[in-house]
Amino acid sequence: MTAKTLAVVLLGMASLSTRSAAQEITVAAAADMGSALTELAARYQKKTGTSIRLLFGSSGNLTQQIKNGAPFDLFLSADEDYPKQLIEARLAERNSLYRYAVGRLIMWVLKSSSLDIEHHGVNVLLDASVKKIAIANPQHAPYGRAAVAALRHFQLYDKVADRLVLGENVSQAAQFVESGNAQVGLIALSHALVPAMKDRGRYWEVPNDAYPELDQGAVVISRSQHKKEAAAFLSCLKTPEAQAILRRYGFSTPEGKR
Amino acid sequence: MDWQAFWLTIRLAVVVAAVLVVIGLPIAYWITYSRWRWKFLAEAAVALPIVIPPTVLGFYVLLALGARSPVGRWWEALTGHTLAFTFEGLVIGSILYSLPFAVQPFAASFSAVDTKLIAASATLGASRVETFFRVILPLSISGLVTGVALSFAHTMGEFGVVLMVGGNIPGVTRTVSIDIYDQVQMSNYAAANQTALVLVLIAFLVLSLVYALNRRMWAIWPWK
Repeated sequence: MTAKTLAVVLLGMASLSTRSAAQEITVAAAADMGSALTELAARYQKKTGTSIRLLFGSSGNLTQQIKNGAPFDLFLSADEDYPKQLIEARLAERNSLYRYAVGRLIMWVLKSSSLDIEHHGVNVLLDASVKKIAIANPQHAPYGRAAVAALRHFQLYDKVADRLVLGENVSQAAQFVESGNAQVGLIALSHALVPAMKDRGRYWEVPNDAYPELDQGAVVISRSQHKKEAAAFLSCLKTPEAQAILRRYGFSTPEGKR
Repeated sequence: MDWQAFWLTIRLAVVVAAVLVVIGLPIAYWITYSRWRWKFLAEAAVALPIVIPPTVLGFYVLLALGARSPVGRWWEALTGHTLAFTFEGLVIGSILYSLPFAVQPFAASFSAVDTKLIAASATLGASRVETFFRVILPLSISGLVTGVALSFAHTMGEFGVVLMVGGNIPGVTRTVSIDIYDQVQMSNYAAANQTALVLVLIAFLVLSLVYALNRRMWAIWPWK
């Protein structure tokens, strides 16, 4: 390859990469948003041509990454505390904060389980066959905090505390149950409703009043080079179409709230 | 400072290093002296945990220990509980994870032993077991020490496997690395730094001790 062709190729690659960068945003989202956001992003990409890179983790973990300079444009948390922390630290745009969904906590067992959660609800946790109960880590996962609050609400926490196992995030808590290592999990409804899991388990929805509302907040990251595009995607989440998708995946939406 | 996590991590590392001596020595012996033509396959298999990402290894261990796998069901029938989320479960995961770090130094030092000495030992009427303990092993002490130190250190700092199969139970499966991770997640950088510093100091101390002992190992070896 001559120097000239090489230069042309390199220039071409450079222009390609800058062009695609202008139309690509990176969205970091809480683990419970997995399926819903994948569908929402695919639709958005088809409609607008903006490609969306998705990554998922526990909200606490993603917040740490943002604090340490992760190149995200938009952050969809599983609560509102983390986005507010980022706003306080001037790492996220105050006026972009938006409650895009409300999470729902469920008790989940494998289909083959002998536990009658549909009728006995939370009391099955006292069943002798329940050796381990999986929840997300309450220290840094909102669903973990909701699970602990619900257990305290039913005055079960002290009785089951030595049987709790903590997933790093709510997906891992679900994985503990799915792999047959824990008998019951307190996880997100959105997990139980994804196609891969729907036929694998049964669930009982924990009543709303048993835990503080799982308001999920989104913010645009201040360091982002694509704030406009990120805000555009965020406002797309406010459309009735998007909210219908969120409801289908097991979230309440701010309008259609309890 | 969560001293419980330190105690747990040290116990885990000691148990894993000890078990790896017991199962690592025969594996290394076989790898070194076997003339089986497909031996390289076994060597490759032993090295696999270096390649497999720890979380992936941990995930498969979790599946293998679960109620849906034969191993998991067998253990549950035997003991009444599953292996995941227990100390024993962590030991099993860590043994797999650290196996190459024990076997490879062992095997390397065995193959450095002069075969003439082994032949001489046999000529003098020593059995294979006697030859191993009185000729091969004394000449391989530094490899043995390296293997023990590496598997100890590797287990001390283990994160991915423990994260996947541990379930973060205080005193049972919450090791120091998990504790540090949690502190970072909660933005307690100061606490995380302190814990990490103590971890480094303990590891440095233990490793120095092991390597110091290595220099004088001949002095305490019983069969000279």
